Amino acid sequence: MNDQTAGGTTPLHLILAWGLVGIPLAWGVVETVMNALKLFS
Amino acid sequence: MSATTESAGLFSTQRIVAGPGFSRWMVPPAALCVHLCIGQAYAFSVFNLPMTRLLGITQSTPDDWKLTDLGWIFSIAIVFLGLSAAVLGRWVEEGGPRRAMFASGLCFGGGFLISAAGVYAHNIWIIYFGYGVIGGIGLGLGYISPVSTLIKWFPDRPGMATGMAIMGFGGAAFIASPLSVLLMRQFTTPTHVGVAETFIVLGVVYFCFMMVGAMIVRLPPPGWRPAGYVAPVQAQKLITTNNVFVYQALKTPQFWLIWWVLCLNVTAGIGVIGQASAMSQEMFPGHITAVAAAGFVGFMSLFNMVGRFIWASVSDYIGRKNTYFVFFALGTILYATVPYAGGIGSVGLFVACFCIIISMYGGGFATVPAYLRDMFGTRYVGAIHGMLLTAWSAAGIFGPVLVNYIRQYNVDSGIPKAQAYNITMYLMAALLVVGFLCNLCITAVNERHHMEPDESDAIGMAD
Repeated sequence: MNDQTAGGTTPLHLILAWGLVGIPLAWGVVETVMNALKLFS
Repeated sequence: MSATTESAGLFSTQRIVAGPGFSRWMVPPAALCVHLCIGQAYAFSVFNLPMTRLLGITQSTPDDWKLTDLGWIFSIAIVFLGLSAAVLGRWVEEGGPRRAMFASGLCFGGGFLISAAGVYAHNIWIIYFGYGVIGGIGLGLGYISPVSTLIKWFPDRPGMATGMAIMGFGGAAFIASPLSVLLMRQFTTPTHVGVAETFIVLGVVYFCFMMVGAMIVRLPPPGWRPAGYVAPVQAQKLITTNNVFVYQALKTPQFWLIWWVLCLNVTAGIGVIGQASAMSQEMFPGHITAVAAAGFVGFMSLFNMVGRFIWASVSDYIGRKNTYFVFFALGTILYATVPYAGGIGSVGLFVACFCIIISMYGGGFATVPAYLRDMFGTRYVGAIHGMLLTAWSAAGIFGPVLVNYIRQYNVDSGIPKAQAYNITMYLMAALLVVGFLCNLCITAVNERHHMEPDESDAIGMAD
């Protein structure tokens, strides 16, 4: 069996995949920048 | 679909060959699922202080672990990262990315669980084995697992593709650090430090996250090319169309020159990363406080992450060799400028110099897989990359030792602390000059090292 027999990639797949990695990363970066800015002020 | 494919196991390479309509833009998030987890290693230090008071709870007791004992956990993990990447690189390359990502997830998540047992038992050797050895093997497998797959999907932009994944490794600490603090706060009680429970949650969460990557990763079908991309028929001066077998690459001067290029670039950066906080405070006493120094370290981490993506992407346009020329030439100038910035008391110039230096440190990691692809071809690039990571392990020793010992020697010799780093900066600049010369010596790999096309197709395809 091949895992791709169910069909191709939809825009929803891409949004979910990039959201899964992008949202936590963006959260972490914002947390770090906010802390860093607070420390410099 | 062939009968072989029909019966292929969940982890076989046949099983994960992409079907029609699969978008290659699904592969970078799959790689990031792994790298955003294993890069947690950079944030392991958040556990150090809590682990020095597991028995005393509010403060360390004589039976509690010392920071020097705990420092070994990260060091062992990095050593096993390099060793496993070097030894298991061919297994990763020939078994495909899903099997490697699964094994990486098992080791990395399992390492946390074993370490949780070590915390419960208050036995540091269990943690050395769990996070250091088993987790370190997970780090090595995970680090190289998506490299060649990304290069195969993005033959037109290999630097950008691997840069995205390796950016994830640099950026993982941004998630791991606040997440670990949050979890420890949740699990801490007046009679208990919540490290073990945090380890368990992290182990399970990271394993699940990495499995998502393992499930969505795909290999391109044989002969696949991006729409509109015309593969070069003839090799360009420094970009081969041939393949070099993994162990044959070790016999080429190019491998060892790139090894030194990476080692020297990393040595220059890694020594500074570990000492950035103390160095900034000692070079600018009264101007940079401990709190401001922590903010400076945060900004450096950000440049480390972003530099990985930007510099690797730039290398697709200006070439890998030229990118490293920029790292070494600009790095030399910037390191030589740091003592001047200290001398005139310019905090802005000092911060700017180090942020750019650290961006090039990250860029060096992210650009090197594409450099290897250019030199040795796509077939074994992941395995060759694995062996090259021993340069990272070596730099992990050279860099901090150079910075720490030279500073201490200067302080002991009566040099004011504000100037104690000047010689180190000039030494780093000199190392980068050596790196520049190594890079200059890199030429195309001699044809006698190339695999025959039939050999290239046959080896490793018996999955």
